[in-house]
Amino acid sequence: MDIKRFLTRTRNPRRFSVSDFLSYLYLIFGVFLMFGPVLWLVLSSLKTPAALVEFPPSLLPYGQDSVRVEGYDEPLPLFDVNLPDGSQARLAQVRRIGIESQLVDPVNPGEIIKVNINDRTPAKSLRLEWSNYTDSLKSFNFLKYLNNSVVVTVLATIITLIINSMAAFALSKYEFKGRNLVYVIIISTLLIPISVILVPVFLVITELNMNNNLWGVIIPGAATPTGVFLLRQYMLTIPDELIAAARIDGASEWRIYWQVMLPLAAPALAVLTIFSVMWRWNDFLWPLIVLSQNELFTLQVGLNSFQGELNVKWNYILAMTVMTLLPITLVFAFLQKYITTGISSTGMKG
Amino acid sequence: MEQKQKINVSKTIKDFFGNVMNALLSVVINALDWIMDPIQRKIGMKRMAYVFLVPNMLIFGIFVLFPMLVNIYYSFTGGTNLFPQDRPFVGLDNFKVLFTCDNFLDPNTCTEDLFWRAVYNTIKFVIFQVVGIVLFSLITALILNRKIVARGFFRAVYFYPVLLSPVVVALIWKWILQRDGLLNAMIIGFGGERINFLLNSDWATFWVIFISIWANMGFFTLILLAGLQSIPPDLYEAGSMDGTNEWQSFLHITLPLLMPTMLVVLVLSLIRAVQVFDQVYVLTGGGPGSATLYLVQYIYNKGFSDQIHIFGLAAAASVVMAAVLMVFTLLQLYLSRKSDAV
Repeated sequence: MDIKRFLTRTRNPRRFSVSDFLSYLYLIFGVFLMFGPVLWLVLSSLKTPAALVEFPPSLLPYGQDSVRVEGYDEPLPLFDVNLPDGSQARLAQVRRIGIESQLVDPVNPGEIIKVNINDRTPAKSLRLEWSNYTDSLKSFNFLKYLNNSVVVTVLATIITLIINSMAAFALSKYEFKGRNLVYVIIISTLLIPISVILVPVFLVITELNMNNNLWGVIIPGAATPTGVFLLRQYMLTIPDELIAAARIDGASEWRIYWQVMLPLAAPALAVLTIFSVMWRWNDFLWPLIVLSQNELFTLQVGLNSFQGELNVKWNYILAMTVMTLLPITLVFAFLQKYITTGISSTGMKG
Repeated sequence: MEQKQKINVSKTIKDFFGNVMNALLSVVINALDWIMDPIQRKIGMKRMAYVFLVPNMLIFGIFVLFPMLVNIYYSFTGGTNLFPQDRPFVGLDNFKVLFTCDNFLDPNTCTEDLFWRAVYNTIKFVIFQVVGIVLFSLITALILNRKIVARGFFRAVYFYPVLLSPVVVALIWKWILQRDGLLNAMIIGFGGERINFLLNSDWATFWVIFISIWANMGFFTLILLAGLQSIPPDLYEAGSMDGTNEWQSFLHITLPLLMPTMLVVLVLSLIRAVQVFDQVYVLTGGGPGSATLYLVQYIYNKGFSDQIHIFGLAAAASVVMAAVLMVFTLLQLYLSRKSDAV
């Protein structure tokens, strides 16, 4: 028997057909289209400002080499030079006057060689410009924005989890007057976004003195109908007998909520946590309206204000954009399965 | 030996934090017991439901329900004051301003020409974006539903942009589309001519729609994939026994059974497309001119960004938008009820 065929034999023998080929072609094209732009952003964020304005741009971050030469305080940029006698050399440029470049040999810095600037090309090598990152961390309000974003995301998520789960508990495990009315009101606002009630919510915020205040960003979106809906549906599946048993043991309703309901609803709470973190971290329009003081900006608003400046410093913007997408990317990398199953089972995303 | 110690250290730290968290939590629980127990004794077990509802409904009432009603009141008042007591009642004036046109098809003849530009831009955006999303997410879901190697990886690839913030998405593409960007380098490399993508209204419109599809299709792909996987495989087996080819089984088995999910995708993407704002605002700011000015940005400009804040017009425009969204929402509820019944 043909050993190779024996080994590669499968239960469901299928030829590699044209449609398989087209499928993989589509998927691989998709990898380029979906990841490519992000990869390009990351690569660009590691380039020097000089390499960023280069056209056509190089794929990888190259930077010009420099060298320390005796007798000069600053490191000198290195060039590959075509010398008048036809030979080539790698020299360090001392200064440039018009179209004339004055260079020295790093090994023998005494003698100055003058060449036309067209006869020299910068000596480059692969170099990652981490200073884009360190500088933007140091010299801008980036850390402040990061801090604000973290505060908003964490507090808003905690508040959302607590009040939504309390409401879902009441709506799923109690019989009371007006229960259905409350539920219908919540459900009917599921798809009403904040963008259609901007003016009056801004009024409420102003009246409550939460304008230019992180609480003004945190509180209005906390009572999400999505969260109540999601948690209620899950809690309906938890058997009532557990609650009855806890009551017989003398537990108060509050304790039943804390110590029976919440632990049992953990999977749904996890899904809501992921959603809430995503919504809050990426939120833009509402923080843009509430926050007008620079030191209160969240990352998204801060990034927007940077890119809107007259003198756009792309090297810092790119680095900051990478740092902004990093947390979400890490969360995705570790929780990919939960996020995708959470979304496909609920069909929900803010 | 050393490693063992390391593990112990990290375990001790973990235990320490775990204990601290537990202690804190029990303090909080006990403190709340202190408040909650007397309440329960006073109002009885059944009525505790109202106590559980209060925090959520309070915030919901103040920041969602109340504003929805006030919004309608705003749309009937004029002036530039924020506080309702300082705003004169003007009846339907705001709506009259919005809806005064000699020829509704030509925004230039309207009193509030920017509103109508925004309306037409939004309609155009919604049509192309929704068709694109439904088409591409269907194709992707169908391919991912085949026997594919590394399916999880490919699914993740298409889903990844969904998680990126709209600001980040806009900046990623702004960097690619700019004058000296990657795309122009590729075009020149292939012998073409440099295009100022974001300064040409047709190109700007195209890219705004393209980027929106790019950023959102993964979400709908996921929903469609879930719909595809809920189709019982024995149907396909029965079909292949009857001698159907791939195309026939797609047309007669997959498509009819996927219809309910497709409709949900259609309506959800419609509702979200109408609200387009963040990405476009960062990418083009509504420009060039007003080529990519959409409804939410019109509301934002009128109420918050223009020199004079005309809250009345902003509110009137958002009432119009809310009415449109309401129709879609009812459609969505109707469809999901219908698909549940199936």
